[in-house]
Amino acid sequence: MRFSTFFYTLKQGVINIFRNKWYSLASMATISACLLMFGVFYSVVANFQHIVKSAQEGVAVTVFFDEGLSQERIAEIGTMIEKRAEVSKVNYVSAEEAWNGFKEEYLGEYADGFGDDNPLADSANYEVYLNDVAMQGTLVSYLESIDGVREVHQSEVTATTLTGVNKLVAYSSAGIIIILLAVSIFLISNTVNIGISVRKEEINIMKYIGATDYFVRSPFVVEGMIIGFVGAAVPLGLLYFLYQTVIDYISSRFSVLSELLKFLTVEQVFTVLLPVSLIIGIGIGFIGSFTTVRKHIRV
Amino acid sequence: MITLDHVSKSYSTGAPALNDVSLNIEQGEFVFIVGDSGSGKSTMIKLLLRELLPTSGNITVNGVNVAALKHRQIPKFRRNIGVVFQDFRLLKDRNVYENVAFAQRVVQTPTKEIRRNVPAILSTVGLAGKYKARPRQLSGGEQQRVALARALVNKPPILLADEPTGNLDPKNSWEIMKLLEEINEAGTTVLVVTHNREIVNAMKKRVITMNKGVIISDEKEGSYIDEI
Repeated sequence: MRFSTFFYTLKQGVINIFRNKWYSLASMATISACLLMFGVFYSVVANFQHIVKSAQEGVAVTVFFDEGLSQERIAEIGTMIEKRAEVSKVNYVSAEEAWNGFKEEYLGEYADGFGDDNPLADSANYEVYLNDVAMQGTLVSYLESIDGVREVHQSEVTATTLTGVNKLVAYSSAGIIIILLAVSIFLISNTVNIGISVRKEEINIMKYIGATDYFVRSPFVVEGMIIGFVGAAVPLGLLYFLYQTVIDYISSRFSVLSELLKFLTVEQVFTVLLPVSLIIGIGIGFIGSFTTVRKHIRV
Repeated sequence: MITLDHVSKSYSTGAPALNDVSLNIEQGEFVFIVGDSGSGKSTMIKLLLRELLPTSGNITVNGVNVAALKHRQIPKFRRNIGVVFQDFRLLKDRNVYENVAFAQRVVQTPTKEIRRNVPAILSTVGLAGKYKARPRQLSGGEQQRVALARALVNKPPILLADEPTGNLDPKNSWEIMKLLEEINEAGTTVLVVTHNREIVNAMKKRVITMNKGVIISDEKEGSYIDEI
């Protein structure tokens, strides 16, 4: 393609947008509305999954040892556990720490009666935190098989509940996102169709003069992609400012739950949302204009 | 230059639009095709432009077997044929210069050459002073001249004019026909589909008369034949 043809195509694409400003605005608004819904939905889902993940990270499996097991063996077991892929963190709790913790939590001043005795003398343990709660069962079987391990405590109910919630969120969000995309493609192809039927005559003239499909289509495709880009940029800008405001509002209203509600920062959300929205916007503009022009181009 | 060899074209319903038509037009000829509505003139133009395919028979234009063209070869083929329509078919939102330049852009003529060629062809059709005007600011005759300039700027060997004077008054009609004659004298093969009896009779050119899909007369210095 010659440079002059390339610039001509770009220029025509931009001119087309202004020439059909109402149609362009309608298309941009449609894409913006769909991507705003998508962005809001994605932000909610991403935060929900983040909160669930944080909760998962708080779920620990506790490993107790055989009576009188040597410190060396305990350290060895610690290293073995740390090597496991599903393990995110291992904490060693000595018998003293376990007893102090128990006293503080349950006995208070009554603990004095025990003097220097430590009824939990054999309660040294590892608190093992997981990357993924769904792997808890596998890890527990492994831990139970280690020589020197007396007992493994786990919270099966928490694990299965969190895994279930996570799956539900993943499936339902995938479903809703697919529906949203289908609706937006339908709306956009309708808008593009209206715009193109107005210019059917223009396409006909171009074809009679001997324009190739590529030459006829290029300005429309450029136009579609610019509309898609603007259509994506508007809701992204809006979400960028709204997100922080909403997060601040929720955090201040529900400060009691601040430990549980750990939100993603706007930057974290936008790492995914920005490229995905731009690709969807520009992609819809490209596919919408490409396919709709194709219908009218075979003259 | 243009050969139709036992060409027929049928649409899905009704009688065939063209029925076993054969004709030969030499390079540099000026030919009128006349006939009533439904005689098959428009179908013939569409076949020559490869907008339609014949049901049977062969069509050769400028040495190209039209029916054998693949979709992607059609644009290049059409660049050898300038076309002018009754309704001008100009791009309404572009000025005169841009309308003519568009035909050159399509064939990727360098901008420098476009700047030289477009004013030259506009002065040939007598519109040099109106290059900035939009189609709606021009009279019918002027719009048809723009269409003619657009059809000719790439110097095609063949010019097809489908009712070029259909929307024009007698004075403008004559001016357009004079232009077509000049273009023909410069070497372009010109094929004019028309209803304009006065012009056909006055110009003493080859006249092919069609009726119900067949050629009923083909005369070297012919005249308009009345309703059959």
